[in-house]
Amino acid sequence: MKKFKNGVSIFYLAIIFLFLYAPILVLIGLSFNNSMSRTVWGGFTFQWYASMTQNDSIIDALGTTLRISIFSSILATILGTAAAVGICAMKKRNAQIMLGATNIPLLNADIVTGISMMLLITRFTHLGEASVMVSHIVFSVPYVIFNVMPRMQQMNASCYEAALDLGASPVYAFYKVVWPELIPGVLSGFLMALTMSLDDFTITYFTKGAGVNTLSTMLYTELRKGIQPELYALSTVLFLLAFGMLFLMNVKKEPNQNRKEAKA
Amino acid sequence: MELIKLENVSKSYDGTLVLDELDLTVNENEFVTLLGPSGCGKTTTLRIIGGFESPDSGRVFFSGNDITTISPNHRHINTVFQKYALFPHMTVAENIAFGLKLKKKSQNYINDKISYALKLVNMDGYENRDTTSLSGGQQQRIAIARAIVNEPKVLLLDEPLGALDLKLRQSMQYELMRLKSELGITFIYVTHDQEEALTMSDKIVVMNQGYIQQIGSPEDIYNEPENAFVADFIGESNILEGIMLEDKLVSILGVKVPCVDVGFGNHKPVDVVIRPEDVELKEPGKGFMDGTITGCVFKGVHYEYDVMCGDYEWLVHTTEYFEVGKKVSLNVIPFNIQIMNKPESEDEEAMKEDE
Ligand SMILES: Nc1ncnc2c1ncn2[C@@H]1O[C@H](COP(=O)(O)OP(=O)(O)OP(=O)(O)O)[C@@H](O)[C@H]1O
Ligand SMILES: [Mg+2]
Repeated sequence: MKKFKNGVSIFYLAIIFLFLYAPILVLIGLSFNNSMSRTVWGGFTFQWYASMTQNDSIIDALGTTLRISIFSSILATILGTAAAVGICAMKKRNAQIMLGATNIPLLNADIVTGISMMLLITRFTHLGEASVMVSHIVFSVPYVIFNVMPRMQQMNASCYEAALDLGASPVYAFYKVVWPELIPGVLSGFLMALTMSLDDFTITYFTKGAGVNTLSTMLYTELRKGIQPELYALSTVLFLLAFGMLFLMNVKKEPNQNRKEAKA
Repeated sequence: MELIKLENVSKSYDGTLVLDELDLTVNENEFVTLLGPSGCGKTTTLRIIGGFESPDSGRVFFSGNDITTISPNHRHINTVFQKYALFPHMTVAENIAFGLKLKKKSQNYINDKISYALKLVNMDGYENRDTTSLSGGQQQRIAIARAIVNEPKVLLLDEPLGALDLKLRQSMQYELMRLKSELGITFIYVTHDQEEALTMSDKIVVMNQGYIQQIGSPEDIYNEPENAFVADFIGESNILEGIMLEDKLVSILGVKVPCVDVGFGNHKPVDVVIRPEDVELKEPGKGFMDGTITGCVFKGVHYEYDVMCGDYEWLVHTTEYFEVGKKVSLNVIPFNIQIMNKPESEDEEAMKEDE
């Protein structure tokens, strides 16, 4: 009976994973298929990866994507961390209002954020790479705040006071006592902002203006022209990038916890 | 010499008055204890002296200089926080060295100080331990070590022995008292343990709801409480309503009893405090009031009796054994009867009713 139960639960788990990952596995498979057809297996090849790197529009889009996501996530991390520290110093009521306000961009539909950013930016200047960066900062900041806030709240508030008490200036006390406690939250907030920015399609699409393409918007326009196997290769790379990032985020947490437990 | 002075300090949080025009003077090399029930404003007073909270009105002086607006890092004061506040990502040694490094002391000096301080708090060998792996009592002791290595003029301690067991607490009490006399540090100490306050202090400040009820030496506070709150808070007491008939004669529960207090006027209502250990139990008719023993608890050093006289139940401590139900007589020598003025203002009345 127990064996049967076990069998069922393993089967169930297998089905879930199959449904989740089958489409991606098919995509990865096709990226190595030496045939233009989606239904015929023409042997294994790296050809599409090679031609992908020769494709100017792909390389351009990759550069744009990296520039936008790295720049926007660094800035969002700085702004978000400062905001989290500030919110924690606020009175309880004001802090709640601020947190509510930062929640809205998270819950808001991407398309609404995208269109409103576009309207706002075109009101003052024209769209381009910079406007995409600004929009990405806008939607990444809340992720950073929500990663840093718990670290702030966990910290014993009198630690900072204790540092002042022992003669540290406020800046030194923050750097020596508060900052080390925040680092894990700041890092995971940064990685999250980076992932969100790399992933984003909708908001980028509305704020990019003519001629600017990130990987996701480029994929979209290319797909409309007809599917090239190179795009399978590109999608595979994007997937692996996201997967790697996720992996990094989880690994980052592990050793820290292990260390604590080992010492306890 | 006067070292710290609070002048008319008031503080309120969200409209609630926590400290009301507090005046307090602390002399150099004095051990002053703030004593009072939870929430009476002890921590707030300490935080104002440390500079972590600024008073709504009033001034704070240090050696005669106004330091009301000086930030904590520029005050020659160190604090042992109620919640330890050790730096979690630093080892024990790094925690203790924090203040010394800021003062640019040599590494040798710092190492000496660390081992000296750890020995003092009974924790040598813990230099490289992670602070998060220590027990509450150990963290508390490291917090004390971290403060004293800086040899501050004034050390503020907020219930620093709260998490320790009785034995360790007593030995730390003696260590702290020794430190005070050796290093010449002025201690301002917060506790709600009246025994600790009586043992350690040169001066006790009894607080309730943001008011100072009485300031005095432990003996003064214990033997001559100024009002019913102090008497009740410091040790167990029989607190009765009485009428001062004339100088040196008070009426308690309808019985005229001689006492030594003068100057309360004639036929004035007063509060009377009699400590349980000051009541003698005698054969019926031999004391000033007869009653029946209704309860008896063995307390180690003495027995604790409840004695019913009319409708007042007396608390009596004595080493003699009496059976429950036995008729006895109470006797108190005049010197041990403490007369106190009844609270006059409405504020004080309200305080009394809260108790
Ligand atoms: N930051 C704050 N915001 C609002 N109210 C506060 C704040 N700090 C203290 N209080 C209030 O002020 C009053 C006095 O607090 P305080 O911490 O001084 O008490 P305490 O005498 O130290 O008590 P305990 O023995 O429990 O530590 C309490 O009623 C408390 O709720
Ligand atoms: Mg307190």
